[in-house]
Amino acid sequence: MASVTLTGGVQQSGRLFALFLDVVRLTFRRPFQFREFIQQAWFIASVTILPTALVAIPFGAVIALQLGTLTRQISAQSFTGAASVLAVIREASPIVCALLIAGAGGSAICADLGSRKIRDEIDAMEVLGISPVQRLVVPRVLACMLVSMALNGLVSVVGVTGGYFFNVVLQHGTPGAYLASFSALAQLPDLYAGELKALIFGLIAAVVASHKGLNAGGGPKGVGDAVNQSVVVTFLLLFFVNFVLTAVYFQVVPPKGS
Amino acid sequence: MGVEVSVAGLSKSFGKQQIWQDVTLTLPPGEISVLLGPSGTGKSVFLKSLVGLLKPDAGSIFIKDVNLARCSEHQLYETRKLFGVLFQDGALFGSMNLYDNIAFPLREHTRRSESDIKSIVMEKLDMVGLNGTEKKLPGEISGGMRKRAGLARALVLDPEIILFDEPDSGLDPVRVAYLNQLIVDLNAQTDSTFLIVTHDIGTARTVPDNLGLLFRRELVMFGPREVLLTSEEAVVKQFLNGRREGPIGMSEEKDAAQVAAELAAMVDDGPPAPGTGPKGASGVGVPPQLQPSPGLPERKAAVRRQQRVMQLLHTLPDKAQEAVRRALAEEREQEIGPGMQASDQTVALGTESSAAGGAGL
Repeated sequence: MASVTLTGGVQQSGRLFALFLDVVRLTFRRPFQFREFIQQAWFIASVTILPTALVAIPFGAVIALQLGTLTRQISAQSFTGAASVLAVIREASPIVCALLIAGAGGSAICADLGSRKIRDEIDAMEVLGISPVQRLVVPRVLACMLVSMALNGLVSVVGVTGGYFFNVVLQHGTPGAYLASFSALAQLPDLYAGELKALIFGLIAAVVASHKGLNAGGGPKGVGDAVNQSVVVTFLLLFFVNFVLTAVYFQVVPPKGS
Repeated sequence: MGVEVSVAGLSKSFGKQQIWQDVTLTLPPGEISVLLGPSGTGKSVFLKSLVGLLKPDAGSIFIKDVNLARCSEHQLYETRKLFGVLFQDGALFGSMNLYDNIAFPLREHTRRSESDIKSIVMEKLDMVGLNGTEKKLPGEISGGMRKRAGLARALVLDPEIILFDEPDSGLDPVRVAYLNQLIVDLNAQTDSTFLIVTHDIGTARTVPDNLGLLFRRELVMFGPREVLLTSEEAVVKQFLNGRREGPIGMSEEKDAAQVAAELAAMVDDGPPAPGTGPKGASGVGVPPQLQPSPGLPERKAAVRRQQRVMQLLHTLPDKAQEAVRRALAEEREQEIGPGMQASDQTVALGTESSAAGGAGL
């Protein structure tokens, strides 16, 4: 276990950022690994779509239940739909997206690269004069960003549908009022902001996972440790970045009606 | 002709742990060198430093005027194209079959057509004796086959420097013999520079032109094979004879007093009797070097090496000088020998025919 020191932490952050810069630089170097990009996008989508949909349904339901009760308490039932859409689009869907991208996508990337690292495949690739960052990491990062954005859309749809179902069917809300109030509070920039968040989450999750994977060491246990650390570090970073992005968003885009 | 690799004052440490320091050696162009050393003395780290996978703390590695320890990333990637490296477990890409693995460097670095690539890949597969396995995945074949496939991939770009990380580990003695012969044959055909890291004393005694030994965080000795094979240095002698008595211990080095006591107590009955030493550590003196298979050209490096060794002959220890002279004399004898016999025969034939002619007259 590496000792936790200040310099160690700074070094880790530095290397992580260096990898990020390398990814940005090598994204524009030809030849672009199109095949690898497609394969990875398909792979990440296949490991995340089902869990995301399954997580999004109860998430939307919880929000609908909470809001349904709350709006009844303050006699503002007509705003249930509005608040529910707002909560799902603005916060719930990027967070679900972050959880799944880090937990399912990131861990898969980290495990894949880590096992290649301990089998000397990464070293062999470098010795053959091929940059593993360009060949392996760049396509994974871009694929993760793409899939993350798509997932955000999926969560939004499933979450809102779930909210509708719980409000109308289980809480006997009025379907018309629910739908009519959709655009009372929510606005289009909310959706853009959610997609931007998802894009950044995908980037962070993939870069952290690749960094941990490429620096795995010490045999199979090292890969396990790397995956574990990558998921924890990604969660910490994503929730923090989410907070910062939300704070900035409210400064930049004024809420509707204020 | 192969490329000279010149290492000077190289040091490497991981945190507080010094791996080795001040390693200075030159791999002469086109020659085969073997680096020996007890397990855990950083031989693999040395190989990885040579190809720039690990940055040394100090020192320089010069290859064609490029210092790999201090060059830009672009230069590093360019210089790496001169290298072929065989990793311990072959380091094949697990997601590709053998054919794609071996074709990988060609597809990435050259613009050859698929049919060209196919003929090159098949040739290399044939060279390492793996025909018919090209559709297999690395996970489906034995360790020895993975190693040979790794070698085929390392050779596919015709590298000028070839590094082997323990080519014999996990192989049976017959395959090691074939692999050693393959190494010598390759060297004769390509005249590339070879560096082999190994524990196999049999390989170290017969294959290389030069030998080196890493121990106690430094390069104990590096030089022509005759020097190490006749050395009286305690570490070198212990390692080449595969003995327990000496400075190398099971886990760490031993303290000096214990070593002295052990060496005094040991009845010096010379090197182990044939067949008793582990890992080919048996036999005496300087055995003849492995020669390329019949039909292949002579190793150009052998000629260059002979001149080089003759030039520094006066600096070598007496026993090594003697060994070099003896090897040279034997070689001359072999060269002249058949010729002499041939001329004898013609003379004999001549006399016979003249005798026959005489009889006819």
